[in-house]
Formats: sequence, C-alpha cells, structure tokens
Amino acid sequence: MKNFLFELREGLSISFRAIRANKIRAVLTTLGIVIGVTSVVLMSTAIKGIDSAFQKGVASMGSDNLYIDKWEWFNNDIPWWELRNRRNLTMEDYTKYKELAKLPVASAPTVWSTQTIKYKERTVEFILVQGTNSDYINTTNLNFDAGRFFNELESSGGRQVVVLGSEVAKKLFPRGDALNQEVKIKGHKFKVVGVLAEQGSWVMGNFNPDNQAFIPIQNVFKFFQNQSFRSVTFNVRAPNSQMVNEVKEEAIGIMRRVRGLRYDQANDFSINQQEALLNQIDKTIGVIQIAGLFITGLSLFVGAIGIMNIMFVSVKERTREIGIRKAIGAKRRTILTQFISESAIICLLGGMIGLILAIILSLVINQFLPTSIQIDAFVLAVVISILTGVISGFAPAYSAAKLDPVEALRYE
Amino acid sequence: MDQKYPFSQSEAGRHQDLNKLTNNGKTMNIINIEHIAKIYQVGSEEVHALRDVSLQINKNEYVAIMGPSGSGKSTLMNILGCLDTPTHGIYDFTGVNVSQMNDNELAKIRNKEIGFVFQTFNLLARSDALHNVELPLIYAGVPGSERKDRAREALEHVGLADRIHHKPNELSGGQRQRVAIARALVTRPSIILADEPTGNLDTKTGEDIMALFNDIFELGNTIILVTHEEYIAEHAKRILRIRDGLIEKDETVANRYIPKKNGASKI
Ligand SMILES: Nc1ncnc2c1ncn2[C@@H]1O[C@H](COP(=O)(O)OP(=O)(O)OP(=O)(O)O)[C@@H](O)[C@H]1O
Ligand SMILES: [Mg+2]
Repeated sequence: MKNFLFELREGLSISFRAIRANKIRAVLTTLGIVIGVTSVVLMSTAIKGIDSAFQKGVASMGSDNLYIDKWEWFNNDIPWWELRNRRNLTMEDYTKYKELAKLPVASAPTVWSTQTIKYKERTVEFILVQGTNSDYINTTNLNFDAGRFFNELESSGGRQVVVLGSEVAKKLFPRGDALNQEVKIKGHKFKVVGVLAEQGSWVMGNFNPDNQAFIPIQNVFKFFQNQSFRSVTFNVRAPNSQMVNEVKEEAIGIMRRVRGLRYDQANDFSINQQEALLNQIDKTIGVIQIAGLFITGLSLFVGAIGIMNIMFVSVKERTREIGIRKAIGAKRRTILTQFISESAIICLLGGMIGLILAIILSLVINQFLPTSIQIDAFVLAVVISILTGVISGFAPAYSAAKLDPVEALRYE
Repeated sequence: MDQKYPFSQSEAGRHQDLNKLTNNGKTMNIINIEHIAKIYQVGSEEVHALRDVSLQINKNEYVAIMGPSGSGKSTLMNILGCLDTPTHGIYDFTGVNVSQMNDNELAKIRNKEIGFVFQTFNLLARSDALHNVELPLIYAGVPGSERKDRAREALEHVGLADRIHHKPNELSGGQRQRVAIARALVTRPSIILADEPTGNLDTKTGEDIMALFNDIFELGNTIILVTHEEYIAEHAKRILRIRDGLIEKDETVANRYIPKKNGASKI
C-alpha cells in the first residue's frame, strides 16, 4: 500500500512532466474532453433550469387545484372521440356545482379565447383571454401590481372590464399607466381594472398568466364565441393538499348528479389535477435528459477515443523509458498506474477547461434561459473527466505494463 | 540498517547477504547457471542466441564477457540481470531459482539485487540526475527523505555532487554514465551488470569510468561487464569468451590492469 502511494505520486509527477513536455499536444488532446465536459455541465444545468422553471410554473397554478373539464389531460385510456362526444360543461352545470359543493374554498368557470388586444396604436397578438367570474381570483395565487380583480357585480353584470397579465400590460402600457385605460379586444372596449404582478413562470408560454388577460365570462360568449360551442372548465380550489382527494370525490358525486348520469353510465367529465401535468412534465424532462445524456455521452466518447489514441502514441514514444523503468524494478502495476494517472490528469485538465467554458457559456445562455452552475456541476466535471481518463487510459497503460523489458530497451 | 556508507564492505546488509549465501549450502555463488539456452523464434526460423552455457560467479568477482558481435553476450547479460528468462536450463541467483519466475517477481529482484549500466546510459531524459538515481528507491518503497539522502550520497560517490540537478542533456557522456552507475549502486545490489559501459565514450572518459568501476569493485561489489575492447576487459579479474552462444574460454587475468584511483570527484 505504501509502495502503491509512492508509485502513484511518482506516476503523477511523471505525468505532469510528460504533459509539460508536450503542452500543445496535451491541450489538443483534451479538446474532446473539453467539449464533452462542457456539454455535460451545460446540459445538466439546462435541464435543471428547465425543470425548476416547469415546477415553478406549475406551482403558480396553485398546488391544491382541480379542474373539472370535458377533456381529460394527458389522457391515455379514453379514446379521443369519446371525449369529443361528451356533452359540453355549461354555465348551468357550474351554477349547480357551486351550489352543491361544500368543500372547495372557491370555484370558478373558465373559458378561453385567443385574441388580439389593442391600445391606441399598440397591439399585442395571440393573447389568451380567459373568461371567468370574480371567484377566479380565489382559486389562484395571483397578486397585483395595480388595481384588483373584477368584482362580483362586474362579473355577474357582464361588465366590459379586463385584468391584464404583466407582460401584456407592459407591452401595451410601457409607462405602466394601464389602470382605468380602455383597451380594445376584437374591437370591443374593456376598461382595465387590474394589472397582475409578474409570475415569471416563463416556461408555461401562453399559459403563463403574464401573457393572459381576464374578462367576465359572459363577454366571451357575447363577443367571441357562442356558448354552445364551448365547454366550460371549472377551476376548483381545495382548502389544502390533504383535502384534494376529498374535494375530488365530492366533485365526482356532484357532477354525476348534475349531469344526470345513471349508476351504470361512465363519467362524462374529467377531474384533472396538476399532478397529471407534473407527471407529464417529468416524462418530458426525462426524455430531454435521455437525449441530453446520449448527446453528451457521445461527445465524451469521442473525447475518450482521442485520449486513448494519444496515450497509445505516448506509450509507443516512451517504449524505451518504460524499458528503463522496468529494468530498475518497476512492476506492471507501477507502469499501469503511471499511464492511467497521466491519462486521468490530461482528462482532468480538459475537464477543468471544459468547466470554465461551461461557466462562461452559461452566463451567455442565462440571457435566455435561467440556469445556474452549482457546485455539483463542478463535482460532475471532475468525476466524469477522471473517469474518462481512467477508462480510456487503461488499454494503452496495459499495453505499456506488459511490454517486455528487453524489447523495450532495444526500441529505437 | 546502516545507511552511512552504502558501498562499503562492512555494511551490515552485505554481511547478511554473505551469511545467507554461506548458510544455505554448498557455495558462495551469487550466480549459478546450468545448461542455459536461449532460443528466439524469428518467423519460422530458430535463432540460438545461447546454446548451452553453464557458469558460476562468486561474490566480489570482477568478470568481463567478450566475444564477437552477435555471439550472445547481451542475451546472457539480460538473463543474468533477470530481464529475460532462459528457454532451457536453470538460473540460480543468490540461492533462488529465478528461471521460472513471473514478471513481477523478476522486477522485484532487479530492483533489489541488480544494478544495470548500459552502453547508451538509459537515463530518463526529463528527470534530473537526483531523480534518476532516486527512481529504483521509489520502486523499492523507500520513503522520501531517506531516498533523497541515499541518492545524493550515491551521486557524491561517483563524483557528481555538484551536478545533482542537471538533466541528462546538460551532462557530458561520462557524467551521464556516472549518473547511471550511481543509479545502479543506490539500492546496494548483489551484482552490477554493465553492457559495454564505455562503448559510447572516448578512451579517456572510458578509462575514468573503468577507474570508478574498480573503486566499486574494491569496496566489495560484484561486477560483470561486457566489452569489445581487450584493454577494458583486462580491468577484470576474469574473462569469459563467448562465441556462437557457447562459452569458448573462461580465463583468469594474470596481470590485471588496476587504474589509478581517480574515480570519484574527477570529471
Ligand atoms: N529479440 C530477438 N529476436 C531474435 N533474435 C535475437 C533477439 N535478440 C537477439 N537475437 C539474436 O541473438 C543473437 C545474439 O544477440 P546478442 O544481442 O546477445 O549479441 P551480442 O553478443 O550482444 O552482440 P553485440 O556485440 O553486437 O552487442 C544475435 O544473432 C541476435 O540476432
Ligand atoms: Mg550486445
């Protein structure tokens, strides 16, 4: 053991000397590893960034929410035409549900429509306009930069009022003076009664409240589409996450009554949960992860082949040195250790360069996609590069270790 | 163990070696080979580098091996130095049969018992003199400070005290060979094997190296050297003449040439 430590120390110092003697080659050799480690680190931080953004986005929807819908999210079991053939959920259904449901904190009907919103010469397109009622705000965690959500009176009276998401407001009112102004949605005037604070769940795209607008639900039916074409989704909020299942059970019972289903008829509605969304996200991220792993694995593999190649060259070049070492008592293990540590050090060098590169690149990428390099990326880079070095150095080192000393000493 | 003067006869370890040898049997032989043959397979052809060689070499002998090119001198040296194993025959080294040993066992013996000096010096080009001399001690597992002391001492002994941090390409041929000799001596081996140690040196420098070998011999070491030059061979006490893989003659040098004592500190 003591000998082994000596040999390892010797191996390391030889490696440093060898690398120093061949600086350019060492750096060129590490290129593959540099790229490999850079992509591993970037990929892993990017995936983490995407993941946490999704989590944040989903959390902004409220973790205790249920969605009673004609459609089943991420449905795997029910044929889609069965879903399509279901009767729409209507406002009457909602009213009955609301009356009968005892457990929820709040419930609100929602329908959406994609619209263009204008203020004077400014225009924002493809905005998800949600029609809902005043209860909606109590089913979310939204808060306000200015103003308030529309109230019961405005909502039941179908008043032409709108609450703008922060992005929408910013685009229409760069100076932040949206409140009490009148915007036009599909040519109809709506008065801004509130502006939401930024939610920042960028990853949700159009489903991000930042990019939405909210109006009383009657206006959607009146101006944008006929009620009979549209199924209403009920946003239901449970008092806490433990209660979600009870609220769900209750909802199923009530909805079956409301919809007049016989005991032998299947539910013609679905109760969706964020959980399903989370599962889906996990699945998606899993796929991204596997793809990322494959790509980075490939680039590391190429790097490893490069290292292996150069280590074979190095062994060949230093055949005589190996002969000398063996003649004065180096064992196979000694030579093996020497070359493996050399390859590991070259890779570690590459790994460090790769890490630095990754840090720089992540600062650039950060402009578009919030990532942050953490200490575990450092550990990852070190572990991966050493591992690559050891694995790719093994075959050349082994070929060096089993050289015949006499042959090696005669080598020119 | 006494570390003060690694090359002296009175050194404790050497006495132990002696005792071991006398105790374990009939002879004081360090080297005892019987009917050794070495056959190389080159394509379909067999090259008989050594045919049938038997030989005994005792402690504190000074043997020169001579013979025409291709006669098998280096092959014999490689076997004696445990760098290679014979195809046939038995090699008994310090009472141990090494003819069938594996790579690692041989490496251990080379490290502890054998010091090599080569015609082309065979130093590590990127390492300074001190590190070159330290190397066998590293493989022997000698801890750092002791290692450095012993390496420095060996370099002083060959007269290179002021060159310990020079790399081989900063040294003359004679100095390089001295570093190699220091490296061979530093582990206090049982034998020192030198294959044409003066082959790459001019006459004067070669003579200096031979003087150094003489010093080492007089301190009680066992030396075997290969040479092409009659006058180099006459530094030894015994000359083995080899031809076509056979020992042709085994003669004692009647009037051995003893160089002037100039070895240490004079290059
Ligand atoms: N690895 C090998 N493969 C095949 N033949 C070899 C090998 N090594 C040595 N020989 C042959 O064995 C014979 C003896 O070689 P060796 O090197 O021992 O000669 P030598 O006496 O040292 O010669 P020189 O004085 O030129 O150094 C030669 O004919 C040589 O060609
Ligand atoms: Mg030879």
